[in-house]
Amino acid sequence: MDAVLETQKLCKSFGALTVAQNIDFRLQAGDRHALIGPNGAGKTTFVNMLMGVLRPSSGRIVLGGEDITRAPQAERVKRGLGRTFQINTLFRHLPVLDNVALGIAERRGVAHRMWRPASSYREIIEESRELLSTLGIADVASAPVMDLPYGKQRLVEIAIALGLRPKVLLLDEPAAGVPSEETDKILRNLQKLPSEIAILIIEHDMEVVFRFARRITVLVQGEVLVEGPPEEIARDRRVHEVYLGEPHHG
Amino acid sequence: MTHAGGYSADPRLRWPEFLPWIAALAAFFLLPEYLSLGARILIYMLFALSLDLILGYAGIITLGHSAFFGLGAYVAGILSAKAGITDPFLQMAGAAAAAGLLGVVTGAVILRTRALALLLLTLAITSIVLEIANKASWLTGGADGLSGVTVAPILGQFRFDLFGRTAFLYCLAFLFIGWFLVRRLIYSPFGAMLTGMRENTARMHAVGAPVYRRLVGVYAISAVMAGVAGALLCQTNQFVGLNVLGFEPSGELLVMLILGGVGRIYGAFVGPLVYLIAQDLLAKQFPEYWYFGIGLLLVVVVMFAPGGILGLIDKWMPSSKPRSSAKASAH
Repeated sequence: MDAVLETQKLCKSFGALTVAQNIDFRLQAGDRHALIGPNGAGKTTFVNMLMGVLRPSSGRIVLGGEDITRAPQAERVKRGLGRTFQINTLFRHLPVLDNVALGIAERRGVAHRMWRPASSYREIIEESRELLSTLGIADVASAPVMDLPYGKQRLVEIAIALGLRPKVLLLDEPAAGVPSEETDKILRNLQKLPSEIAILIIEHDMEVVFRFARRITVLVQGEVLVEGPPEEIARDRRVHEVYLGEPHHG
Repeated sequence: MTHAGGYSADPRLRWPEFLPWIAALAAFFLLPEYLSLGARILIYMLFALSLDLILGYAGIITLGHSAFFGLGAYVAGILSAKAGITDPFLQMAGAAAAAGLLGVVTGAVILRTRALALLLLTLAITSIVLEIANKASWLTGGADGLSGVTVAPILGQFRFDLFGRTAFLYCLAFLFIGWFLVRRLIYSPFGAMLTGMRENTARMHAVGAPVYRRLVGVYAISAVMAGVAGALLCQTNQFVGLNVLGFEPSGELLVMLILGGVGRIYGAFVGPLVYLIAQDLLAKQFPEYWYFGIGLLLVVVVMFAPGGILGLIDKWMPSSKPRSSAKASAH
């Protein structure tokens, strides 16, 4: 099966500091893939290169068979790449509904229209509401995002990304900063996501990783240390040494 | 009273929105001796509205908006004084086109930057335009100003009279059109998207919005409006001086808008009204110290009403809950 997203020998360095080194990575439709690694391993750098926020020093990024290494962010999104942010990146003063609707309007190609009132675009508002209710936050649709508890704000992050109907979804620590009793709710929502979307999750919470992912890539100092199914990763000695901080004796 | 636009907003007119137009018509009939001050206020309202569109809604910070205002004034004036084109609408069209073109060209260069860099670049551009107007005295009259501006009767019917009656209604008509278009724009998907760019640019990129192109677009729209306001000033005064360009008129405009309230449409009406009337009164009473009074007014407003005068009304009328306060847009 062909990869929907692929990187070939992706490198990034800032001066003498190398934060990504020859990363070969493949994601297929329907994948549930986790990217883990200790702090500073280059996980967010990797996501930023995929999204076009950072330009790789060398290597290629291929989305749906086409080279997008130099494509601007907007074009990547149009081709089916969606993301959530590690730290909430929302329209804080705007209602939850508008947060989602702005993205949907971009996807539907009506965001540049200047005449009819936005609130008369029924199809956008309806789609936004449906999306919010599948994530269980339809009740707060008209509240400003900043008034929501953090856990619900994380769900808005996911809602915005889903509104773009991505083929590939990058979840940058979706449970970061969320109290543990709410993590489960986010996880249950993630498990309900449409099965055809390829999902790459970057996460520190091992419970989330092992419950969600069917494949795991371990990144250490900008390099892929090992890749495999969760059972293998859990048994891998090198992972325990460098990542879980349990030096292996003999 | 805030006009935040967006997908959850109700775009219908509310009753206070009729007040400015009723007040303007009342002033026309009741205060015939103040009509030239009135026309000046209307012109600055249009100018402030153009600034509110980019500053209050799109979050583009600028100290150079006078570049478009001044260019509009000079183009209208030059078309008349040097090219013999006296039809007011032709002058207006020339001014609007020139300002729009300058908006696209300079916007395309500077809107890749944000915050302080952007502030300095906008200031640099209006300073450059000022210097050109100063040096090209064969065309602009230089430091003496451009005189000899003639404006034919509007539609061949309505002569610009000594009492400023025609000028007042002429300016009011342009303000009305500008207001109508801006209000439409604010409540449209484009307006919602502008607010999105102000609130969080990174997020707008991540939902696939061509942010840079949209910023240049709204900057050009605003430039056209500012150019029209400048042309109005030229046509009603039949003179253009260098004081329409550079830092001072830009800063003064910013003060007016902050005074009225940023990102609320009607702050652009209240600000110039209060500022220019205060300036007029103070200049009569204390010809040497009137700037002191303006300064004091501004200090009081910024300290006690950070959302501007209209922000105070929100505070007193809790039913009209602000959704995107001027505080948010000031960042």
